[in-house]
Amino acid sequence: MLSERWNDVEGGFHPASAPDYLPVERLREVQLRRLRAVVTRAYDNVDLFRSRMRERGLTPADIRTLDDIAQLPFTVKVDLRDTYPFGLFASPMSEIVRLHASSGTTGKPIVVAYTREDLNVWAEVMTRTFAACGLHRGDIVQNAFGYGLFTGGLGAHYGAEALGATVIPVSGGNTERQLMVMKDFNVSAVCATPSYFIHVIERANDMGLDLRELPLHTGIFGAEPWSEEMRRRIQEGAGIRAYDIYGLSEIIGPGVGSECEHQDGLHIFEDHFYPEIIDPETGAVLPDGEEGELVLTTLSKQAMPIIRYRTRDITRIITETCGCGRSLRRIRRVGRRSDDMFIIRGVNVFPSQVEAALLAVEGTLPHYQIILTRDHGLDQMAVEVEVTPEVFSDKVRALEDVRAELAKAIEQIIGIRVALRLVEPRTIARSEGKAKRVIDKRAI
Amino acid sequence: MKLQQLSVFLENRPGHLAEPLALLSREGINILSLSLADTSDFGILRMIVRDWERAAQVLKADDWVVKLTEVVAVDVEDRPGGLAEVLQAAGKAELKIEYMYAFSLRRNHRAALIFRFEEPDRAIDALSAAGCHVIEAEALFAAVE
Repeated sequence: MLSERWNDVEGGFHPASAPDYLPVERLREVQLRRLRAVVTRAYDNVDLFRSRMRERGLTPADIRTLDDIAQLPFTVKVDLRDTYPFGLFASPMSEIVRLHASSGTTGKPIVVAYTREDLNVWAEVMTRTFAACGLHRGDIVQNAFGYGLFTGGLGAHYGAEALGATVIPVSGGNTERQLMVMKDFNVSAVCATPSYFIHVIERANDMGLDLRELPLHTGIFGAEPWSEEMRRRIQEGAGIRAYDIYGLSEIIGPGVGSECEHQDGLHIFEDHFYPEIIDPETGAVLPDGEEGELVLTTLSKQAMPIIRYRTRDITRIITETCGCGRSLRRIRRVGRRSDDMFIIRGVNVFPSQVEAALLAVEGTLPHYQIILTRDHGLDQMAVEVEVTPEVFSDKVRALEDVRAELAKAIEQIIGIRVALRLVEPRTIARSEGKAKRVIDKRAI
Repeated sequence: MKLQQLSVFLENRPGHLAEPLALLSREGINILSLSLADTSDFGILRMIVRDWERAAQVLKADDWVVKLTEVVAVDVEDRPGGLAEVLQAAGKAELKIEYMYAFSLRRNHRAALIFRFEEPDRAIDALSAAGCHVIEAEALFAAVE
């Protein structure tokens, strides 16, 4: 294939990335044309969307400019559950070639569908993701995203293949096998969730394997929020460049956005996924630069067009243009989700605030877990923190000081007393996928 | 003159002391002496073992947090006043003691006192000058076997 020969070498250019550099005016034209088409498609084929448009007295012809998107109804996760399994499909099953489902934390999962053209678009945006992260033909990519109903595995798989890289579909879990593959197959890039990869680094250290001595040079991380501190740990611990990518099954899977070599915000592939930032309380659209909830519209999806999907991810659009030359707007990396937030004694708390406190005291982020309980009607918050060799001491007083300092740092940030418990290493469950930070045991 | 002490972090829960000790026993590592400091939430297990490097390795491989600390062993006669004399010498030299523990040696009615000093080097000099018998690691291990 001609396209693959364009990026044989580092610094090469993959033709699939061409839309990344469209002049802004041209990009807006493409977006408007596609927005009108996708709204028409959803209106014609999806009952829920059509009835919501009618309630507002809207028809697809009312979309004349990109700003008119603000008139359209939102789609929320519950809509996908309520129409389980196929209620939001806009294509007949004869045109749908793939189904995925996301694990629901409660009740039924949500189902997403792809036509052949949707899969082509998905492979394209993942190719653009890998290219933006500096990968090219000749790279050996160990894909540790889970294969199966989860979109991560296959999404990354077809993108890396379309790039022309060599893909190892190892899937998630079985850390010792991951390390064997990484070492024996001269792996140069890895795809994983960041918390799992930190687990991989820890296991490698235990086995006396120094990842920095392997050819591995790049990591593509996504599927959960992570911090700059985790990036530093990963980059130093494995001797790689660690890139953040963004996506969600409801929109397509991985491939909605990606960092570039500047590692400063994620470019949204906005010729396919139109981003807005809204005030999560009022739903009002906020200007670029202001923090709020990210809302995405699939501009080219056929099987399951999703209009104005409320991601619950809190971020902002970066107004400055990126040094890489891409005209695609960037979002700040997603540090917190509006549904990760919990309320204790009337105070909104994000796990990222607890992380910031732990980081400030320890210098690196220890494994931790927040446990919420209700005792005689009063909510209690406990934080369990695994003791690291760096803070451990043979003196009781020194450990008590660490414990008190951690508790104080958290209390100062969130304004609530917490019971801080130091626990033995590896006692907090390490999911092979997403890290579970909050255990809410309060009976409602 | 100094001795390596192994410290292990433990949660204060039933069964948690047994685990690291069972691990060392499986590896055939004998513990000369130990002391346990505890609070309501956690404890610190402190041990003197001959093969401390291997013990540390074995514990770390099983995910225990381990720290090595230099402690000072003083060999005294196992009789009333044996400890008091050393403590007096330490007090006179204004040595700060973080904690200490003791155990009987099998030979000659003697006991070993293990001290965690804030300044182990100065402590060794001061105690030796005061006539206390600071015992070296090899001599200590020989005295118990």
